[in-house]
Amino acid sequence: MSTRETRKSLWTGGIVAGAVRDSLLKLNPRTLAKNPVMLVVEIGSVITTYELVHHQLLHVAGFRFELQITLWLWFTVLFANFAEAMAEGRGKAQADTLRKARAETIAHRIKNGGTIEDVPGSKLRAGDLVKVAAGEFIPGDGEVVEGVASVDESAITGESAPVIRESGGDRSAVTGGTRVLSDEIIIKITSNPGETFLDRMIKLVEGAERQKTPNEIALNILLSGLTIIFLLAVVTLQPMAIYSGSPQSIFVLISLLVCLIPTTIGGLLSAIGIAGMDRVVQRNVLAMSGRAVEAAGDVDTLLLDKTGTITLGNRRATEFIPAPNITEAELADAAQLASLSDETPEGRSIVVLAKEKYNLRGRELSAYAATFIPFTAVTRMSGVDLDGRQIRKGAFDAIVGYCKEKGNSVPPEVEESVKTIANAGGTPLLVAEDGKVLGTIHLKDIIKGGMRERFDQLRAMGIRTVMITGDNPLTAAAIAREAGLDDFLAQAKPEDKLALIRAEQAKGKLVAMTGDGTNDAPALAQADVGLAMNAGTQAAKEAGNMVDLDSNPTKLIEVVEIGKQLLITRGALTTFSVANDVAKYFAIIPAMFAGAFPVLNVLNIMALKTPESAILSAVIFNALIIIALVPLALRGVRYRPLGASALLRWNLLVYGVGGIIAPFIGIKLIDLIITHIGWA
Amino acid sequence: MTANGWLQIGLFFVVLLAVTKPLGVFMARVFSGEKTFLDPVLRPIERLIYRSCGIDDKREMDWKEYTVAMLLFSVVSMLLLYLIERVQQWLPWNPQHFAAVEAHLAFNTAASFTTNTNWQNYGGESTMSYFTQMAGLAYHNFASAAVGIALAIAVIRGIARKESKTIGNFWVDVTRCMLWVLLPACLIIALIFVSQGMVQNLRPYDTAKFLNPQTVQTTGADGKTTTQTVTDQVIAQGPFASQEAIKIFGTNGGGPFNANSAHPFENPNPLTDFMQIVMMLALGSGLTYTLGRMTGSQRHGWAVWAAMAILCLAGVTVAYAMEAHGNPLLHGIDQHTSAMQPGGNMEGKEVRFGIAPTALFATTTTDASCGAVNGMHDSFTPLGGMIPLVNIMIGEVIFGGVGAGLYGIVVFIILSVFIAGLMVGRTPEYLGKKIEAYDVKMAMLVVLIFCLIVLGLTAVAIVSPFGTSSISNPGPHGLSQILYAYTSQAGNNGSAFAGLTGNTPWYNVSGAFDMLLGRFFMVIPVLAIAGNLARKKIVPESVGTFPVTTPLFTFLLISVILIVSALTFFPALSLGPILEHLLMHAGKVF
Repeated sequence: MSTRETRKSLWTGGIVAGAVRDSLLKLNPRTLAKNPVMLVVEIGSVITTYELVHHQLLHVAGFRFELQITLWLWFTVLFANFAEAMAEGRGKAQADTLRKARAETIAHRIKNGGTIEDVPGSKLRAGDLVKVAAGEFIPGDGEVVEGVASVDESAITGESAPVIRESGGDRSAVTGGTRVLSDEIIIKITSNPGETFLDRMIKLVEGAERQKTPNEIALNILLSGLTIIFLLAVVTLQPMAIYSGSPQSIFVLISLLVCLIPTTIGGLLSAIGIAGMDRVVQRNVLAMSGRAVEAAGDVDTLLLDKTGTITLGNRRATEFIPAPNITEAELADAAQLASLSDETPEGRSIVVLAKEKYNLRGRELSAYAATFIPFTAVTRMSGVDLDGRQIRKGAFDAIVGYCKEKGNSVPPEVEESVKTIANAGGTPLLVAEDGKVLGTIHLKDIIKGGMRERFDQLRAMGIRTVMITGDNPLTAAAIAREAGLDDFLAQAKPEDKLALIRAEQAKGKLVAMTGDGTNDAPALAQADVGLAMNAGTQAAKEAGNMVDLDSNPTKLIEVVEIGKQLLITRGALTTFSVANDVAKYFAIIPAMFAGAFPVLNVLNIMALKTPESAILSAVIFNALIIIALVPLALRGVRYRPLGASALLRWNLLVYGVGGIIAPFIGIKLIDLIITHIGWA
Repeated sequence: MTANGWLQIGLFFVVLLAVTKPLGVFMARVFSGEKTFLDPVLRPIERLIYRSCGIDDKREMDWKEYTVAMLLFSVVSMLLLYLIERVQQWLPWNPQHFAAVEAHLAFNTAASFTTNTNWQNYGGESTMSYFTQMAGLAYHNFASAAVGIALAIAVIRGIARKESKTIGNFWVDVTRCMLWVLLPACLIIALIFVSQGMVQNLRPYDTAKFLNPQTVQTTGADGKTTTQTVTDQVIAQGPFASQEAIKIFGTNGGGPFNANSAHPFENPNPLTDFMQIVMMLALGSGLTYTLGRMTGSQRHGWAVWAAMAILCLAGVTVAYAMEAHGNPLLHGIDQHTSAMQPGGNMEGKEVRFGIAPTALFATTTTDASCGAVNGMHDSFTPLGGMIPLVNIMIGEVIFGGVGAGLYGIVVFIILSVFIAGLMVGRTPEYLGKKIEAYDVKMAMLVVLIFCLIVLGLTAVAIVSPFGTSSISNPGPHGLSQILYAYTSQAGNNGSAFAGLTGNTPWYNVSGAFDMLLGRFFMVIPVLAIAGNLARKKIVPESVGTFPVTTPLFTFLLISVILIVSALTFFPALSLGPILEHLLMHAGKVF
C-alpha cells in the first residue's frame, strides 16, 4: 500500500509541553462538563482540597495522608486532561503543516466583462472564475472549466509527482494551496472562505469541530450510568459504616469513589476519538466526520471497481499460443512487429513479452519500408505492412472475417484456445499474416499484488467484497475468482451500482464504495461510506463522505480497519477499566474497616502494609494507569482480522482477565514503593 | 454433602431441562396466536371476554400504549385488593372473624401482591379472611404473573420484529396467559397437591388438645416475663391447595400460612417440595425457549438458559456446601450426616426436607423471584444465607420471576453485547438489532433504579431509629436483615430473611414504594427498549458479528451480571454477611 505511514514518535517535546499547559487549562469545569466521569473526580478533588485546608485550620491529624490523596486526585484529572491534550496536540502539529499550505495567495479573478482583477485568495467566493498560470498557487478549491495543466499537489497529498488537471471529464477538481506547474487554466471556485478543503481538514485534525460519534455517545451513557451507580454505592456505604461503628473520613470515601468510577476509559475516551481521526488523516484520507469513520468499521459490503483497485489499470500479454504448424517464436515475432507502433498499454505489453520470451529486440520500423495500419472502428484490427508482409492483430471475429476474405479458414485449435482464454477471464487477441492465422495472444488482467490476502482478511472480518466491472460476466467471474472476491457485478452501468447499493441496504447491510467520476456521485451519496478520489470530480468528492488524497481506492480497506480499531480500543479500555475495580475493592474495603473489624484483613489479599498505604496505592495506581495507557489510546489497540468470536476471546483475555490481574500487581508494587520511601 | 443430596439437585436440573422446551413451545404458540390443543375449549371463552370488555384483539399497541394499559390494569387491581382488605370484616367467608387490615399493612400487601413480590408483613392465617385470600390475594397471584409474562412476550416481540411500531396487545396477552398458561396448569397442580395432603376447604379452624400441656415463657413489651401453660393448638384451615399452585407456578411466593412452604399444609412431603422447586423455575425456564423460538434463534435461547442454569448451580453449590458444613462454633456436637440425622446446620430447616432440598429451595426461590420458603433464610450460615441475598441482588435474572426474569436478563444481554460489540469493532448488535445510545440509556436506567432503591432505602433505615428498632440481631446480621428486606422487595422476590419486624408504618410504607418502584419503574425502561428495538431494521449476521449463541456469549453474560452486581453491592455485603462469616469464625455470633 502506498500510504505514508507517518509513525511519529508520540512524545515529541513540543507536543508534550503544549499538552502539559493545556491539561491545566482544561481543569475549567465547563470544559470538563462534557466528560461526566472526570467532572466527578474534579468535584471530589475540590472537596478534599477544601477539607484539607479546613483540617489544617483545626489542626486535625493525618495531614500527610490527606495531602497525598488530594494531590493524587488532582493528578488523576490532570492526567486525563493530558491524554486529551496530547491527542489534540498531535492533530494541531499536523494542522500547522497544513496551514503553511494555506499561504495567502493573490487570485486573478475574471470579472463579468472578461477583465481580470487581482484579489486576495481569501476573498474568493463560490462561483468566482479565476485564472491561474504556471508557477502560481491555486487560490481555492474549484473545478477546471478551461484548459489543462500539470499541478503539484504535494502540499496536500505529499506525493511529489505532478498530476494532470483538465476541464471536463473526471480529472477536473483542484485544491486550494496546490501549484500549477505548466500551462494555464481557468478555475471555477466551489467553496466560500473558511470552507475550503484545507480549512475543513485543519479543523478536523485539530479536533475543534469534533462531534461525538453515536457509539461514543452510547458508551458515554454507560460510563455515566456506572459513575452514578458507584456514587450511590459509596454514598450509601457511609450510613452502613456508621451503623457498623466505623464511619469513614471524606478522604477515604472520595478515594473509593474515584477508584471505582471508570476513570481510565473516562480519561482516555476523547483522546481515543481524536487519535482515531488523526490516524485517518495520517493515511491521507479526509473524513467529513467521525461518524463516517465509525460507520466504516461496520461495513458489511465493500464495492470495489475492478480497474485500478483490483487489477492494474491495463491488460497485459502473458502468453503466445501458436496455431498448428507455427512455432511460438514465429508468432511472437509477428505479434511484436504488429505492435511496434501500437502505443496502447496492451500493445506495449506484447512487445515486452516477445522481448522477454524470445529476446526479440524492439526494431525501428523506419529501418523497413513499413506502413503502420492503425486500429479503426471499421476494421477493428491494427497491424503493419512491411516487406510485402501483411500482419494484422485484432479480436477473434475481426480476424476471422479478415482471413475468410482471403479465402482461409481458422483452424479449430485456434478457436479452442480462444475459448479457453475467454473462460479464464482473459482477452484473446488473434494474429494473422497474409490472411493466415498465426495464433493467439493471451491478454490478461493483472491482479495487484497482495489483493487476495486483503480480501481473505476482509472475509475474516465478515465483510463481503463485490467487484464492479464493465466486463462480460465470464471474464468478471474469472477475475473475481482469481482475486478471491465474494461476488461481482458484470457489465455494470452507474445505475446498476446504485441499484446494488440500495438492494444491499434494503437487506440491512452497510455498504462502502469508492468512486471518482461524476457518474459515481449518486452511488457515493447512497453508500454508507463513500470514499471519493481526490483526483476525481468535485461532484464525486461532494457526494462521498471521505476523500482519499492519494486517490488510492484500496485505502478503503484501511479506513475500515481504523473504524474497527476505534471501537475496539474503546471497548477494550472500558473492559479494562471496570475489571480493575475488583482489585481496588480488595485494596480499599479491608483498609476502611479492618480498624473496627480486624477479621476483615482476610480480604487484604495483597497484604498491603497499612490502611493508608493501601488506599493511597489504589489511588496512585488509578491515576498512573491513565498515563500508562495514553500510548495505547493514541495508537489504538492492534486490530487483528479475525472472526468476531476469536477477536472477542482474545480481547476479553487481554483486557478483561488482564484488567483483573494487572491492578493486583500494580497496587502491590506501589504499596511496596511508597512504604519503602516513607510516603505512607 | 451427600450423594443423595446431589442426586436430588441433579434430578432437579434434569426435570427443569425437560420441561423447558414443551413449555417454551406452548407459550410461543399461545402468544403468536397459533393453534393449541386447548383452543376448542378456550377460544369461545376468550372471545366472550373480549366482547364483554370491548377489546379489539386485532389492534396492536405501541410500547407507550402497552405500558399505560399495564399500569392502568395494575393500579385498578391494586386498589381493589386494598379495598377488600380494608372491608373484609363485612365480606363473606371470614369464619375466624378477622378485622379489617390496618391501612399501612393493607397498602404494603396490596403493593406486594400487585408487583408479584408477595412480601408479607402479616401472618396469613391470623390476618386474612378466606375471601381476602381467594378473591384478593390469589387473584393477584394470577394477575401479576400474567402481567409479568405479557411483558416478557412484548419484549421478545420487540427483539423479533423489524420496522414495527407495535409490540402486541396487552389485554390479549394477559387474557391468553391466564386462560392458556396459568389456569389449566394450576387446576392440575392443585389437584395433585390435594392428593398429597394439602388443605382445600372453607371450614373454621380446628382446635386440638395437647397430650402434654406445654409451659411457655414470653417476654412482653414491658420487659416482664410471663409464664403461660398452653393446652391446645389451633390448626388453621382454608382453601389453600389451589392457592399454593399459583403461588409457586406464578413465582408469587406469598403463602396463606405464615410459615409458608415449611408448613405441612402448604408443603406436606418431599414430593410436593420437589414439585414446588421445579415449578418455581418452570415458566422462567420455558420463556428462554420462547425467546429462542420467537426470535428464530433457538441456540440463543439455550445460551441464555445456560447462563441462568450455571448461575443457579453455582448458588446451590455454595448454599448446600455452607449448610451441610454446619456451624463451626458448635464444638463437641455431632453435625455429621448419619442414618439418624441430616447433619449440618439444621437450625430453621424442616426435618422432613433436610439440608439439600432446603438449600436448593432457598436458591431457586430467590433465583425465581418467588419468595416462597421451606426454611428460615435467617437461620442459614452467613455465607449460605448470602446466596439468597446475592441471587436477588443479581437482579432476579436467574430464570427469575415469571416474565420478569426474562425481561430482566434482556437488560444484561444488551449491556453484554454492547461491550462485546465494541470489542469486536462493530456497532453492537443483538440478534440483528443495532444497540444504540437509547437502548444503553434505558438498560442503565434499570440497573440504576434497582441499585438506588435497594441501597438508598437500606442506608436510610440503617441509621434511623425507626429502621434499626425492627432488627432482632445486632451487628452485621442486623444489616443483613434490613438489606435483605429492601433487596427482596425491590427485586419483587418477597422472601424474608425473617428476624426483621416488618409490620411497622415505616417498613410497610417504604417497602411498598420499594416494591412498586422495583416493578414498574424498571418495567417502563424495559418496554421502551422493546419499542425501540421493534422499530429497528434487522442487520444480517456476518462473521464480523459477535454471535449470541455460543458458550463465549454465555460466559460473557454471566461475567457482566456478576461484575455489575458485585461492584454495586460488594461494600454492603462486606459489612453484612461477609463480615458476619469472618466474625463467626473468630467466635463471635449475633
